[in-house]
Order: sequence, then structure tokens, then C-alpha cells
Amino acid sequence: MGGAPAAQRDVGGRGQRSAGSWPAVPRRRQVGNVLFWALCLIALALVITPTVWLAGGVLYRAIPNFHWNVLFTRTQPSLSGGLVQPILGTFAITIGAMVIGGVISVLTGLYLSEFASGRHRGVLRGGYEVLAGIPSIVLGFVGYIALVVDLHLGFGLLPAVLVISVLTIPYITKSTETSLSHVPTGYREGAEALGIPQSWAMRKIVLKSALPGMITGFLVAAAIAVGETAPLIYTAYFSDQNPSMHLTHQAVPYLTYVVYYFSALVNPGTQANILSYDAALVLLVLVLLLIILGRIIAARSRRHAE
Amino acid sequence: MIPLLALCFILVVLLVEAIPAIRVNGAQFFYKSVWNPGSFSSTIVTTDGVKHLSGIDFGVLPDIVGTLATSAIALIVGVPISIGAALFIVERLPRRLANGVGVFLELLAGIPSVIIGLWGALTFGPFISQHITPWIARNMPDVPVLDFFRGATGDGEGMLTSGLILAIMIIPIVASTTRDLIRQVPILPREGAIALGMSDAQTARKVTLPWVSSGIVGAVVLGLGRALGETMAVAMTCGVSLGSVATNLYGTMTTISATIVTQLDGALSDGTGFNVRTIAELALVLMVITLAVNVAARLMVRKVSGTALPVGRGV
Repeated sequence: MGGAPAAQRDVGGRGQRSAGSWPAVPRRRQVGNVLFWALCLIALALVITPTVWLAGGVLYRAIPNFHWNVLFTRTQPSLSGGLVQPILGTFAITIGAMVIGGVISVLTGLYLSEFASGRHRGVLRGGYEVLAGIPSIVLGFVGYIALVVDLHLGFGLLPAVLVISVLTIPYITKSTETSLSHVPTGYREGAEALGIPQSWAMRKIVLKSALPGMITGFLVAAAIAVGETAPLIYTAYFSDQNPSMHLTHQAVPYLTYVVYYFSALVNPGTQANILSYDAALVLLVLVLLLIILGRIIAARSRRHAE
Repeated sequence: MIPLLALCFILVVLLVEAIPAIRVNGAQFFYKSVWNPGSFSSTIVTTDGVKHLSGIDFGVLPDIVGTLATSAIALIVGVPISIGAALFIVERLPRRLANGVGVFLELLAGIPSVIIGLWGALTFGPFISQHITPWIARNMPDVPVLDFFRGATGDGEGMLTSGLILAIMIIPIVASTTRDLIRQVPILPREGAIALGMSDAQTARKVTLPWVSSGIVGAVVLGLGRALGETMAVAMTCGVSLGSVATNLYGTMTTISATIVTQLDGALSDGTGFNVRTIAELALVLMVITLAVNVAARLMVRKVSGTALPVGRGV
């Protein structure tokens, strides 16, 4: 357990005990101390084990049967072939949600951090915080009722993108607002002292220095958009067509549905099940890429700050 | 402004869709255990001006109980593990290693729920039903309360599997928030505790954790919100047995979200639209439960600490 930073080690204060004149630490407390940290270590093991088991299990089942041409072959109606259309569909939904949700969220975050004040800000902030607590299946159901049926949009890219956008708004808004409020006041005052117009200062100085934090929010939102299933089942539905510019009345395929519907749970049959695990593998790789990207951006912005 | 409008829009759409169902289903919706969507070949009946199929009978007590029970299991199992792990990461691991462990937390938070569900249904559920639950069921004494742990253990689809899967899903939220909170505890009160002769473990329990307790409550509620609303992972591991409450810890059951996602497809073929309205009522119940939890927690935490709760899944 050695090697902790010096400041934290000193909290333990064990190094000083050799002074000799101090009474011995009662056995009961020594045992209690060791026991407590042992329990904490077990807890940490219980966090890491399922993660490794989960990711390893998917890799273990997916990799022996993985062929690169899965990425370039079309999905057949017989639940075989490759994953071209679902991959394109997942990208289309994610990019659409990033654009629509992103614009709304950045503007909301900007307004909340720079212009809103007092009570007004509290109510608006409460709004998106509560929005974050709404279960995704409820959003999907409302998307189905309101967009697919009542507005006659049919299953398609537009309803799916709108629902996922609403899902991602709280995350991007929160990260935008937080990173904007961390921009030093000196930057704004400096810009004002130089006589730069407020909107210009906002774009060139304030937004620029808040950018890394905002991108982190976008990455979290992208991970959500890539990984959601429940809100898409009744808005995007599923099909074996490529996503196209027909935003409505044309169902969209996506990867998470393949994981679910092609699995041994729903459709036992080797060919489909292999595809299910392939889709899971692609999703895992996408999520991992997003995490790594987030780490790189965080590290770079930290270096800039220093 | 749009987040607020979206919130109102969601509420209004659900209410308008659900009101006829609320009128016809009445109060029994909340205390009966039955799910009978009527037969699609039967005649259409009109009650109270609302058209529906004859023979319908809806009581979603099992769904509500199932949602609350699986979330409770998730909290009971997940919260102590998260807090223990967070303490160990901050107080015992060197910074580099702590960063490495952080990747595991981010990965666990980022894995799509459908993959967790797949793993839960095909790997984890069968594993615990073969190697762990039979032993627990055999060795539990046959007394009230504890006999809930006895009986047939099934094939791995059921309440315990779903609850544990939910625990795995809330751990990254609670653990990473708690870790970040503990990192912000100032060094002085902890040094004071050491100077008074407290051991590391006592300092952690009596100084560090109380210092951040309101933040931890907030993180736990965030995790609870996730657990209450989680759909795919639960629908794939709970067995979706409509209209009956599980008789023991391992029995198949259902939750509100699992019922919605599995039954909407069938309900769409009801020409009167009443079954979809019933599902809207169910969605409204879920939304009210999660909103109540969320708002209560935010008010509570704000009153104690004056800071806002984090939004997020721990990423």
C-alpha cells in the first residue's frame, strides 16, 4: 500500500511513533484499522471485478468470431451478414443529437452563466436538472406518442434525434455552464478594458477558454447517444436500410438494437448471435475511444492552464 | 428556456394521453396484481365515454413493487461498495494508480446498458443461479423475513439478478462522485483528528465521510434515479412476469420500465388505443416517482450544503 503522496501519508502519522515514550496502540484499534481498510479494498475489488468480467466476457465471445468484413458487409433481413447499416445509423443519430442538442445546450449554458440572474437562473437550472432525472424510456414513449403518432412523423431519424437530444441536453448544458463560470473574471475585465465589444469577447476569449470543458460534456453526451436503446426502439424502430436524408417515415437501424434483438435472448441461432456480440464489441470500442479522447483533452487543457 | 419547455411538453403529452386510462382503470390500478390487455378479437366496450377492448384488467402493483425492490437492492449493495472503494482510491492508492482505476469507473459508466443486460442475462445470471443462490437458499433459516431468501432459485432471471445488475450500474455514479468529494476535504480537520489520536480508519469514518455526507446523499439519489428508470438491462434480466409479485428473492418479476418497453409493441395493435393509454398512465407513475425522488433530494441537499447536485452518470 506504500507510495501514497507524502501529504496523505503523514495523516497516518505512523512514522513518528518510534519516539518510545508513547503508550502502545491498543490491539483492538490496530485490528479495527486493518479490518476497515481491508473492507475498503474488497469494495474496490468488487468495483473492478464486474467491469473486467463484463468487458472481458464480451471480448472473449466476440473476438474469436470477429472478421473485419463485418464492418463492410450489409445486414441481411435473415439476421446475418454484417453491420454496415446499424453503424451508419448509430453515427447519424449521434451526430444529429450532437448538433441539435449541442446548439440548444450551449446557448442555454451560455445564457445561464452570462446573462441570467437570481431567481430566473434558479428556475431554469432546476429545469434541466430535473430533465436529467427523467427515465429514458419515458422520453422514448413521449417521443412515440407526440412525434411518431400525433405529428405523423412516423418512425425515422428526426424523432430519434429529437428524443436523444433531449436526453443529452442536461449533460452539455451543465458542462457548458460550469466551464464558463470557471473562466477567470480577469479575462472578461481585460477584454472590456481593451474596449472589445462584449459579443466579440464572448466568442474569442470566454468561449475559447471554456472549450475543453464543453467538449468533455459533448463526449459524455455522445457516449449516451451511442449507448441508448430504450428511447430509440419506438422512435427509430429498426430496418435494414441505410440511414438517408428522409428524416421521417423511414426507420433507422442502430447498433444497440442489434445487440439486443440478434442476441441469444431473443433470436437463438449462431449467425445472429455472433453479430450481436460483434455489435457489442463495436460499441465497447466506440465508448473506449470517447473515454480516451476525454482524457487527452483534459490532460491538454491542464497543461495549457499551467 | 428549451429544457424547461421540453419538461412541460413531456408532462402535458403524458397527462393528455393517460387521462382516459386513469378514469377507466381507477384506483385498482395501484393495488391489484393483474395484467390483462383484453382479447383483440373481442367486442369494443365504452366505459365513461372511453372506448376499450372488453375483458381488460390492469393493476400494476407488481411493477411498482418491482421497481422499488430492485432499486432498493441496488442501493443496499452498491452504496457501501462505492463509498468503500472511493475511500480506498483517495486515501490508499498512489495518484497514478488512482487515475488508472478511474478509467475502470468511466468504462463501467459508459458501457451501454444493453450490453450490461446481455452479460447479466447470459453470463452473470446463470452463474449466480448455479454457484451462489442455491447455497444461500439452502442455508437461510426458515423464519419470517429471512424466508424471503429461501425457495426455488430459478435459472438466473429474476429480482436478485436485476438488483445486482442495477447495483453495478449505479456504482460508477456514486463512487466517482464520492471520490471527487473526498478529494476536496481539507487537510486540516483530518490532521486535527490524527492529533487527537484517531486512527486512519476512525478519521475516515468520523471526519472525512461526515464532511461530505450531503454530497454523498446527492450522489446516491442520482444513482437511485438511474436505477428506478433503467430499462434494457432490467428488461433483459428480470424475466418480465406481468401481473404477479415475486414470491422470493430469486423469482421472476417486472418493473415499470421493463413493462413499458416489452408491452408497448403489443399494445400498438389495440385498435381502440386504450392499451397505449394504460402504458402512458404507467409511464406517468414512473415519472412521478423519479421526479419526487429527484426534487426531494435536490431540496434536501441544497438546504444542507448550498451547492447544486451534480448532473450526470459519473463520467
